[in-house]
Amino acid sequence: MRDQRLWTWHVLAGLVILVFLGLHMAIMHLDVLVGIFNPADPHPIAWANVVARAKMGFFTVSYIVLLGAALFHGLYGLRNILFELGPARGVKSALNLVLAAGGVGLFVFGAWAAWTAGALARTL
Amino acid sequence: MLENKGHPNRLGIWGWLGGGKWGFERYLYTLHRLTGLGLLLYFLLHIFVTSARAFGAEAWASSMGAVSGPPGTARGLFFTVGEFLVFAAFAFHAANGVRLVLVELGFAIGNPIEPVYPYRTSVHEQRPLALGIMVVAGLLVLAGGLDFFILH
Repeated sequence: MRDQRLWTWHVLAGLVILVFLGLHMAIMHLDVLVGIFNPADPHPIAWANVVARAKMGFFTVSYIVLLGAALFHGLYGLRNILFELGPARGVKSALNLVLAAGGVGLFVFGAWAAWTAGALARTL
Repeated sequence: MLENKGHPNRLGIWGWLGGGKWGFERYLYTLHRLTGLGLLLYFLLHIFVTSARAFGAEAWASSMGAVSGPPGTARGLFFTVGEFLVFAAFAFHAANGVRLVLVELGFAIGNPIEPVYPYRTSVHEQRPLALGIMVVAGLLVLAGGLDFFILH
């Protein structure tokens, strides 16, 4: 039951990623063909564009949502692959702990960076 | 394909390489896992690299300089090709992920039929969806290639 619930979240997180990572890829890597949200400079990673996007609350929120969804989707997928290899029960418990703690730690760090960048951009 | 009866997943990750009678969809399964693992590795590094924006313009320039190179140099080409591979992996993983969700929800697998010999597999019912999705993924990769290597 627990795994069924986690699998459902895995699929839902995938759909969230499809939307937000799709937008991120279009902005960052289809910048000539699509050309959106790069108002200050043709180059998507130019500091002026980073600041312009960070000033928009939508991007701060979308980065944090994408961060959480991608970490859960990716680490749960990795957990499934590792569990399929048939590790001992103790190893499974250790993997659960490491992946969950690592995921939470990365989420806190990434969310802090997104929030701080937004706050910094609004002072410029 | 090696026998694994009575030994679930005895083949481990080597079993990913053998499509056997499962055919095309089995290779999509393998590629989905490989691209997923590649994207996860890239994403974990990406979190640290892009967090530099929280420390200002100089830290951002330094961080971006570490993962890029001047156009026309071997270093520049290395990172551009690497980024393109990430884009291609995303295009495949996303498109194939949509296929997996559709199939899991029961779309495009045909109607249930009586199990009468000779038995028919639903894999053939799924094949048009798999092929169509791969065309979509291919078009996305082509668009990415155009943007990465020709229009820039």
